[in-house]
Amino acid sequence: MEVTSCSSKPHVLAVDDNLVDRKLVEMLLKKSSCKVTTAENGLRALEYLGLADEQENALESNESKVSMVITDYCMPGMSGYELLKKIKESSATKEVPVVVVSSENIPTRINKCLEEGAQMFMLKPLKASDVQKLTCHLVN
Amino acid sequence: MPAFSLFHYIQFQLQQSYSVNLLSKRSVKMAFPSKEAQIKTFLKSMFDEGLLDCQFTQIQALQDANNPDFVNEVVTLFCTDTERIITEMNKFIKLNSYAVRLTGSSSSIGAARMKAACVDLRRASDDESKERCLQALDAMTREYCLFRNKFHTLMQLDKGFIGMDANQQ
Repeated sequence: MEVTSCSSKPHVLAVDDNLVDRKLVEMLLKKSSCKVTTAENGLRALEYLGLADEQENALESNESKVSMVITDYCMPGMSGYELLKKIKESSATKEVPVVVVSSENIPTRINKCLEEGAQMFMLKPLKASDVQKLTCHLVN
Repeated sequence: MPAFSLFHYIQFQLQQSYSVNLLSKRSVKMAFPSKEAQIKTFLKSMFDEGLLDCQFTQIQALQDANNPDFVNEVVTLFCTDTERIITEMNKFIKLNSYAVRLTGSSSSIGAARMKAACVDLRRASDDESKERCLQALDAMTREYCLFRNKFHTLMQLDKGFIGMDANQQ
């Protein structure tokens, strides 16, 4: 298997506290030809994006720019919604599409996320067709 | 009072299942089926019994030449995580959030009956009924053991064949 250069593959940051879901989303994204970084909670995700409180310059903090963030809604500590807000509040990352996933179909939750700027809200469990829908727009 | 030992509970269940090995009886009367055929039949029975749903097919489809052991890896991860959670659940602390979490992972892996049992447990916990929680926790643990034992049998056959089969529904 050949290694393609970083810039040709979309780089997705997947955030989920559940190990099984993390492994599944990672493999689904890899199969859709994405480079994947996973984070187990919102705080780790912010650190990776260079948005944590003690970090000053977002662009210096990650090796290759993140093209999309997929985050679970229900996480201990910082929820996916709170993570979405922080990403959209920062000028460095506000253009990065954020997809929120959840196992629960709650309209108020969905609307809240979309209003806050989420690209899409998807229901778990994630399937290959769901991920293909998300990533086909990223390949440029 | 001794602490609940999930490990011993599972070991006991495994011993019970070895004595009823459905594959050994068939081999006496007919030509021994190939490992691939055994696995296909075994998996089909798991789908038919409602142990697995179409989400498991998604998991199988992710296994390929580059990731030849994916199904085994993710099922093993699921089992390790679940056993840890069940042990914690028996302490009756944060039962509700563990039930939510386990509903999520069993749903993601396609363990349909386990997911249904987790949903019942979550409802019992939302309703704060200790009696129903005990019943639901027991039922869920049994579903988990059934799932785990079936996979244990499957993994003893050649695990290379557990990936996606084009003919499989």
